[in-house]
Amino acid sequence: MADKNEIILELKNVTSAYGKIAALKGISLTLLKGEIVSIIGANGAGKSSTLMTICNIVRATGGDILYQGKRINNVNPDLLPGMGLCQVPEGRRIFPRLTVTENLEMGAFFRRDAAGMAEDMKRVYEFFPKLRERRRQLGGTLSGGEQQMLAIGRAIMSRPKVLLLDEPSMGLAPLIVQQIFRIIEEINSQGVTVLLVEQNANLALQCASRGYVLETGNVVMEDDADALLHNPDIRKAYLGE
Amino acid sequence: MTTQESRKRWISFGIGLIWLFIILWPLLGIKPEGLEFMPTLSLWIKLAVASVCVMLVYELNRGGVFDPIKRTGASLKDSTQRLYTATPNWLLICIALAFAIAFPAMTGRYGHDVACNVLIYICLGLGLNVVVGLAGLLDLGYIAFYGVGAYTYALLSIHYGISFWLCLPVAGALAAIAGCIIGYPTLRMRGDYLAIVTLGFGEIVRLVLNNWMDLTNGPNGLMGVKRPGLYWLDFTNGWSLEHIWLKKVWMFYYVILLIAIFTIIAVYRLNYSRIGRAWEAIREDETAAELMGVNTFLLKLLAYASGAVFAGFAGAFFAARMRFVSPESFTFLESAMVLAMVVLGGMGSIPGVMLGALALIALPEAFREFDVYRMLVFGGVMTLMMLVRPKGLCPAKRVGRRSEEAE
Amino acid sequence: MDYFLQQLINGVTLGGVYALIALGYTMVYGIIQLINFAHGEFFAAGGYMGVIIISYLSAKGVSPVLCIALGLGLTMVYCAILAMAVEKVAYKPLRSSSRLSVLLSALGMSIFLQHGLMLTQGVYDKPYPTAMTAGGFELGGVVVSYMQIYIILITAFLLVALNLLVFKTRIGKAMRATAQDKVMSALLGINSNRIISLTFAIGAGLAAAAGIMVGFYYGSVNYTMGFVPGIKAFAAAVLGGIGNITGAMIGGLIIGMVEIFAAGYLSSEYKDVFAFIILIAVLYFRPTGIMGENVDDTRV
Repeated sequence: MADKNEIILELKNVTSAYGKIAALKGISLTLLKGEIVSIIGANGAGKSSTLMTICNIVRATGGDILYQGKRINNVNPDLLPGMGLCQVPEGRRIFPRLTVTENLEMGAFFRRDAAGMAEDMKRVYEFFPKLRERRRQLGGTLSGGEQQMLAIGRAIMSRPKVLLLDEPSMGLAPLIVQQIFRIIEEINSQGVTVLLVEQNANLALQCASRGYVLETGNVVMEDDADALLHNPDIRKAYLGE
Repeated sequence: MTTQESRKRWISFGIGLIWLFIILWPLLGIKPEGLEFMPTLSLWIKLAVASVCVMLVYELNRGGVFDPIKRTGASLKDSTQRLYTATPNWLLICIALAFAIAFPAMTGRYGHDVACNVLIYICLGLGLNVVVGLAGLLDLGYIAFYGVGAYTYALLSIHYGISFWLCLPVAGALAAIAGCIIGYPTLRMRGDYLAIVTLGFGEIVRLVLNNWMDLTNGPNGLMGVKRPGLYWLDFTNGWSLEHIWLKKVWMFYYVILLIAIFTIIAVYRLNYSRIGRAWEAIREDETAAELMGVNTFLLKLLAYASGAVFAGFAGAFFAARMRFVSPESFTFLESAMVLAMVVLGGMGSIPGVMLGALALIALPEAFREFDVYRMLVFGGVMTLMMLVRPKGLCPAKRVGRRSEEAE
Repeated sequence: MDYFLQQLINGVTLGGVYALIALGYTMVYGIIQLINFAHGEFFAAGGYMGVIIISYLSAKGVSPVLCIALGLGLTMVYCAILAMAVEKVAYKPLRSSSRLSVLLSALGMSIFLQHGLMLTQGVYDKPYPTAMTAGGFELGGVVVSYMQIYIILITAFLLVALNLLVFKTRIGKAMRATAQDKVMSALLGINSNRIISLTFAIGAGLAAAAGIMVGFYYGSVNYTMGFVPGIKAFAAAVLGGIGNITGAMIGGLIIGMVEIFAAGYLSSEYKDVFAFIILIAVLYFRPTGIMGENVDDTRV
């Protein structure tokens, strides 16, 4: 626990663009080992772009992305899960025509240890008993909440060190959202660092230790989650008061 | 950074050359008598040296050796661009028209022949452009309409002796009807299913032409199609109207020029009409267009029909000029050629399609001497063009781009 | 009745060949939504490479069975390499371009490969050493040649092997995942370029096997042989529901049967017309093919 303050992921002035349209205009943020950090902001503020740029799906045009001290700007996206960096993207993106089990196996694609995989599979099914019931069903036939569980379960299968979560609450009923967030906290308590992108600022800040506020591709504020939660500007802009 | 990049390029280039050898050798070197290496090696070395030269030029270019030349080139291009935009459109059109009219006087028979071909393919390309470029319906059997037009005139001319000018609208109409017949069952299909069904229809038309001996004389084709006639003022004994048959190629050139100009104007008017907008809406998002009150069923049918009309005209002209039609002229390769013109020139853009037709018909003529390599080069250049300019030579301004297709 | 059974055997033989070619179309389409017009050329290249290798081996005195087995294996490997090279050069740089650009690039490659074959192998038919597989037997009035038995057995073997590969192995799972969502697959650690390359290789390998079998069946190969079977196999892939592997197998069998039965009972000149009419009729009533799901967009 001595390295509680060790930086695991750091963005230094990162810019990126879709064609000629700038997405990120210089984002800097740090993620300490073992914490939950959330990024909040309105539609189009660059939240999802940040995650996609970290994973090099969208190429960074400038700045440095450091993961465990190593620059990963030019690392191919498919190598990152093997390094312990895993993303649950917006809209869940489960494979609709693979079964639930196959979807989970895909999460551990780069791993070769059958025993460890079976163990993780058991762990996921303990987290989400619903998934065990449906393990032979095709992913596309699950409900929205189950798909989100499957997406998170699939990420757990890769034994991530850092988990990037994009809008896990999107389109889900409040009860299910709470359940999902409880699970996120539980995953975090097992030592996984979480970077959480959310529109639901209230929930996100409640479970996070720190937060960043994004606006049009820039970080406009960063603070402890509690402080942000009680900041009148934030309450006005993102918490609907 | 740059040296690293260029090293990477050279490494992959080297690997590519090794692959090339692996692919070439079994084709050339394995003989029942034994294994030979020399012929493959000599060919491979030639190819390798040529491609190393190309790579060197590319590297030097990246290194900035050609920058001065490029700068002058760019400034030249810039000034022509300025001149081009400064000239009013009507003046440009007048110049082009004057050139087109004066063209036969400047060249010989061979030139007229090539020009006729280019103009035929301009009509075909513009017609297909309505279907593919505007309405976004991928049609791989477009040449069938060309065939319908050609056989319509050939049959009417041979059996009933009806004049070319009367047959022209009939050929257009029949092609349009064929377009509706082909269009109707395909309207429910989307995307690539449409492609194979149109391809299937194209093949059916060709096979029927090939096998219906009584009507089409099968693979032997129909001979003795009459030339177009024309009434001409004759001054030999005062004033009289004389009927003459068009004999010279340059006369045909003016006929197809007329048809092409008609096609260009018609497609231009369609493009910027309410219907054209509706087609583009269908191309961009069919469901959204339908929700906005666009009758997608009728409009797609109309796209097929109006695209077919131009092919029908071109077909009738083709039959009249060749005075002979056979199924040989209406193969899938022809459909592919026309599609290539549309995409190469720039989908949905009228000058683009014209440029595409010019490039694909006139340029191969320039390589006549390398006859055996002509198609090989043609295929290679087609792929290369797509790699270098995937949007075509002269892309249309209005073609929408989807976010996932961003560069 | 005998006549019917005879046609049935012939239909299954031909249908199996179409199924093998159709698989390449359907797999490539499934993974990058491209109608790979050059696919028919892999089939033709397979036909040529087969006769080249088999002639060489038999001149060296290798036994016929070993000749065919080695020829089949080496030819499949050769065409796989060829297909990977074509993919790398002509399709990979166009991943983010419009689908029509890639289609044209494929068309260009098809013309290029076809004429490459012509320039290296000549314009005339190249005969196959059919004596190797001559003979047959009669079974209740139906003549079955050994060649047909070979074709049916090899086809069945390849189809089963492919099914096992795609549905039972890790690589197969990665292929299916990549076909469904490339970005997500990348996020999970799959190198989609490698998977796409592999898909091309497998499809071309199957087409190459079909090329050899067609060579033996008809006795010769020609550089233009890829086109017509290519179109019919593509029709078979669409008929079965493009992107669907089982569908391609069924579609191939249907197209082969229709062709043989139409030729036998109706008219041999119009056999291809019937194949296309069946295709259009099926698509009219089931626009997504027999086993297909909705293609979700109209983009060309």
